[in-house]
Amino acid sequence: MFKPLSVYFHWPYCKSKCPYCDFFKKVQKNVDETSLVKEYISELEYYQNLVPQRKVQSIFFGGGTPSLMNPKTVEKLIETVFCLWKPQENLEITLEANPNSDRPHLFSDLKNAGVNRLSLGVQALNESDLKFLGRTHTLKEAYKSIDEVLKVFDNHSIDLIYSRPHQKLEDWEKELQQAVSFGFKHLSLYQLTIEEGTVFFNKGVQALEDEKASKMYQTTVDFLREHGYPRYEVSNFAMPVYESIHNKCYWQGDDYIGIGESAHGRLNISEQNFAYVHPHISEKLSSHERAEELLIMGLRLQKGINKTHFKEICGLDFDTFIDQEKLHTLVAEGFLIDKPNVLRATDQGFLVLDKLVLELF
Amino acid sequence: MTDLNLIRNFAIIAHIDHGKSTLADRMIELCGGLSKREMTEQVLDSMDIEKERGITIKAQTVRLEYKANDGQTYQLNLMDTPGHVDFSYEVSRSLAACEGSVLVVDATQGVEAQTLANVYLALGNDHEILPVLNKVDLPSSDTQKVKEQIEDVIGLDTSNAVETSGKTGAGVPILLESIVKNLPAPRGNVDAPLKALLIDSWYDSYLGVVILVRIHDGVLKKKMNITMMSNGATYQIDRIGVFTPKMQDKEQLSAGEIGFLTASIKSVSDCHIGDTITETKRPCENMLEGFKPSVSVVFCSIFPVDSSQYDALKDALAKLKLNDASINYTNENSEALGLGFRCGFLGLLHMEIIEERLQREFDLDIITTAPSVAYHLKLSNGTEMILHNPADMPDLSTVSEIKEPMVKATILVPDEYLGSVLKLCTERRGVQLDLTYVGTRAMAVYKIPLNEIVFDFYDRLKSISSGYASFDYELIGDEPSDLVKVQILINEEPVDALAFLCHRSEAESRGRQICERLKDLIPRHLFKIPIQAAIGGRIVARETISALRKDVTAKCYGGDVTRKRKLLDKQKEGKSRMRQFGKVEVPQSAFIEALRIGDK
Ligand SMILES: Nc1nc2c(ncn2[C@@H]2O[C@H](COP(=O)(O)OP(=O)(O)O)[C@@H](O)[C@H]2O)c(=O)[nH]1
Ligand SMILES: C[S@@+](CC[C@H](N)C(=O)[O-])C[C@H]1O[C@@H](n2cnc3c(N)ncnc32)[C@H](O)[C@@H]1O
Ligand code: SF4
Repeated sequence: MFKPLSVYFHWPYCKSKCPYCDFFKKVQKNVDETSLVKEYISELEYYQNLVPQRKVQSIFFGGGTPSLMNPKTVEKLIETVFCLWKPQENLEITLEANPNSDRPHLFSDLKNAGVNRLSLGVQALNESDLKFLGRTHTLKEAYKSIDEVLKVFDNHSIDLIYSRPHQKLEDWEKELQQAVSFGFKHLSLYQLTIEEGTVFFNKGVQALEDEKASKMYQTTVDFLREHGYPRYEVSNFAMPVYESIHNKCYWQGDDYIGIGESAHGRLNISEQNFAYVHPHISEKLSSHERAEELLIMGLRLQKGINKTHFKEICGLDFDTFIDQEKLHTLVAEGFLIDKPNVLRATDQGFLVLDKLVLELF
Repeated sequence: MTDLNLIRNFAIIAHIDHGKSTLADRMIELCGGLSKREMTEQVLDSMDIEKERGITIKAQTVRLEYKANDGQTYQLNLMDTPGHVDFSYEVSRSLAACEGSVLVVDATQGVEAQTLANVYLALGNDHEILPVLNKVDLPSSDTQKVKEQIEDVIGLDTSNAVETSGKTGAGVPILLESIVKNLPAPRGNVDAPLKALLIDSWYDSYLGVVILVRIHDGVLKKKMNITMMSNGATYQIDRIGVFTPKMQDKEQLSAGEIGFLTASIKSVSDCHIGDTITETKRPCENMLEGFKPSVSVVFCSIFPVDSSQYDALKDALAKLKLNDASINYTNENSEALGLGFRCGFLGLLHMEIIEERLQREFDLDIITTAPSVAYHLKLSNGTEMILHNPADMPDLSTVSEIKEPMVKATILVPDEYLGSVLKLCTERRGVQLDLTYVGTRAMAVYKIPLNEIVFDFYDRLKSISSGYASFDYELIGDEPSDLVKVQILINEEPVDALAFLCHRSEAESRGRQICERLKDLIPRHLFKIPIQAAIGGRIVARETISALRKDVTAKCYGGDVTRKRKLLDKQKEGKSRMRQFGKVEVPQSAFIEALRIGDK
């Protein structure tokens, strides 16, 4: 059987830079799409040579703002992928879009290009916070795009950022209520992180205090659980069956390739692990390094780490790799649940996940 | 051979910053000891730290040739002395090698605490004292007033006082002339058997062990066989010379002179400061009086941050000890901080200087524990012990008496700050012995436990007096004390390196201070951590570090993995440098910060 492969396209252009965002992006008009497509395709071919025997399980257009791309370009890239690898049956093709008003047929064009899942970056559901977050769209434009996305696509997701400075729990609860009422199949809700090098960081914007942020997080998780969106990853919630195939590949340790400037990839080739950075610069990862990654990423999933799968990927025995004494303490203190083939975090554990991972080494 | 009458041996004494070193430089310059080009600022302070802190630690000697108005050329041996109380021991040694002192007083400041302390030391050595009013170039100088102070407070005749400016050089020729006129020539017998005082010794990387001597009788010659009278060890002289301040070889040194010798001596520890050196084949009869051995008054433990640097720390201490016999150290093993050394110093400044030299000259990362003084304990079984390490504190029920060292502290301070100074002294368990006036300034004399002084007293004094108070102290014996050992518990476990000894009345506040600091210094853990201070079994202060509330990355996708892993590796490395107490990890920096003296 062919191993699954996920393909990530990075579109590094935005209309303007949001003050919280540290993704690799540039603000540029008149992007030369034809030459970019050429570059993308030659990258794809490079990887095809490396791992010809795979089945594509997902394609993801991320950014940046890939909704600024010409849908024809999207179509061309999808076609190319299909020429190079066999697609899996229920293949997922996601594109990240920003709300906009200047391109009336955008969403249906994207659908026609082959996109079957749309992730809409709304970020806030009130005018003043949209402004604070430096978004180029208004609340009205957001509503309009939401309507269109829900109409055009069967599988959709909304991105929101919360734990904004001074945000009150009640206000966030109202936004949550509203987000749920739209009927998206999937929600990505991120607590605002002040990333180094961003405008917020340089201005000294402070994240919400831990005490409040942890309360807000738990409220969010509980609320969504009750409303039919169980958490499947730290910041991701979905109706059953609508968990994102593509994003899960990162957390489970499946193979993925990254196309486009600054994009990353991971490939397991004849039991050896490689990390790639565009343009296909590779670094061999030791078993230990890959094991660390699997732990960091795997515990982010509600279902936790599958120990058999872990060994298949990095070659190390999970229970030997982990500091067992620490593990027992953390289990006893209610942060982790350890089953014969699975290790996962409890609700209490999710709040301090980074610390748990550090402890387990 | 120099005629004794043409020699003057003198020390320069002064309160810190009154211009002693600058003035010495001017004298050297005027006598042609160094060309202008060779004069780096303050040539006499040779160590970097001395230059930076502007203080002289080791005594330095310079021989000057001075052609006086009477047409004769005199040999002037000038000894610079350390200006700080911690080094009064070194001052005494320099003084013992001279017959007179030049007392430098800043004419804009007047008499200060160390002026007094140094004068008393000089008088104790039967010195003739020549007062010098310095910095007269400054408009704020008031020579008349300062002369009165010198007469009133010290009781010195100022009729032959000299007015100088180290800055412009004004008055320096007159000063040299007065030294010749007013200070006594040394006495001695050139024909008698060699009798020389070993003033100091140090290790020079080119010459090996160098000994500074003052010849009392006889002549010291090259190739001569000499005997150290304290232990009978004999050596053959290699080189003899003087400092001008450059090293200059001589064929011989005769009675009354000061200079150096080398004699293939292996180690500085073979040279006993204050020893008498004589000629092996024609020894003198009686030894010179010598010096009392220096006593350590302040103690602390020093540990390497990285345990692999233990040997390097050991070597560094040994090297420092070569040229500073007053450092004492023994091995110590701490549960919290591993292998290190318990060290004794002449005082707090001495301790700080050594710490600094370990860090800067030897590039070591070190942790030092809270300083302590030496307590005298009598035990119920009749034995006595000296206690300066909290780790050695015996069960109090076996102790019948505890005594702590006391000092007589002299503080001069402008009137407007007197209130706060008196308050500080009282807070520090001081008892007033005297309160008088020196011009418009008050002079307060207190009896205070030394322990109160080593713990940030000087810093506090400076800050409450806006830097105007001057301060000096001398040890005056031990008195009974109510001593306790305060333990610091992290998550219910006592941490030996944080324990300290102090008077019962301060135990609580100092315990609380450390708990408060640790609260901010120890990162949050997954559980809450009590930090407590305890005396015996009784908790006197408590803080709690609450449990970590939230530590999870919101967004972590395919492009973030590499960065996350590298961050984790870095955190892991940081973790390996933490000290583990039960379940709690304490960063090294927490020890350094928590134990830092005084306010942050
Ligand atoms: N204006 C003036 N400043 C002086 C004079 N003598 C020394 N100083 C300054 O006073 C400070 C202390 O001098 P220094 O010789 O280091 O004092 P020491 O601590 O007694 O050796 C330095 O900044 C000198 O430049 C002087 O005669 N006039
Ligand atoms: C790569 S961004 C691109 C999406 C798209 N360009 C947009 O702006 O909607 C993906 C998501 O990460 C989230 N995000 C970006 N920076 C963040 C930050 N500093 N803190 C929390 N979430 C952030 C936002 O919700 C954003 O929608
Ligand atoms: S959040 Fe989206 S639109 Fe804003 S700068 Fe980042 S990638 Fe561009």
